[in-house]
Amino acid sequence: MVEIIDYVIISTILFGVGIYGLVAKRNAIRMIFAIEIIANAANLNLVAFSRGLSNVQGQTFALFSIAIAAAEVAVGLGIIIIAYRLYKEIDVEEFKSLKG
Amino acid sequence: MVMDDPVFLAVSALTVGSAIVALETRELIYGGIALAISMLGIAGFFLLLDSPFVAMFQILVYVGAVAVLIIFTVMLVRTQALFSTKEDKGRKASGVVLVLIFMIGLGALLLVSGLTNSQLMNLQMPPVDFKAIGEEMLTYYSPALIALGLVLGGSIIGALALARREDMETTDG
Repeated sequence: MVEIIDYVIISTILFGVGIYGLVAKRNAIRMIFAIEIIANAANLNLVAFSRGLSNVQGQTFALFSIAIAAAEVAVGLGIIIIAYRLYKEIDVEEFKSLKG
Repeated sequence: MVMDDPVFLAVSALTVGSAIVALETRELIYGGIALAISMLGIAGFFLLLDSPFVAMFQILVYVGAVAVLIIFTVMLVRTQALFSTKEDKGRKASGVVLVLIFMIGLGALLLVSGLTNSQLMNLQMPPVDFKAIGEEMLTYYSPALIALGLVLGGSIIGALALARREDMETTDG
């Protein structure tokens, strides 16, 4: 019998994978992958608790979250293309103009 | 906390495995495809949680739009830049240490939370009807829905403005 805690465990593992990617990778597109994985781990939690509590708001919020993530990817990839045009590189260590 | 459902185990392995492949494979385009498979796995979890509407939305948005967008971007960027796997050992080690800290902290939190007590929260409750989702969205959450539409339109205009090239435009007049 699968319970809510199992979904929460899977979500935690996905969150860990995403955090690892965000810290360890220098490729900007891979960092977007990591952000997407983290966002999906959060959505999985929302839907799992919505199921456990038989609550509509969790699923509604997950739908809004998915739509916002799509907008975020569009803008993020646009910024990456601009940065690639400027630096001929998608390595975040090479984006030095904004470095403090 | 006994995971004995083979479907759940298979979907978990698919999702987590392809998430790791998406981050670790050498070629970025295979990474994008692995990310799409991972998102499909998440949609499978939503189906297992009796939320078919959210699952279809996830497939539509993530596999249909986001993955295709990422693959197009990868194709636009020069391949030589994609193969630059300059990875310093320090970053990797710090990533592993940070993940271990997060995992130990969240694991301890889960153990002390009441979630392991299966009487408190289980999957015996009736599933949410997707008609109720539509009603919520169009009544109580309708301002949020309008704001979401504006955000999506704004992001599309923003992405178009970002991707515009001034040097290729013709000067008319």
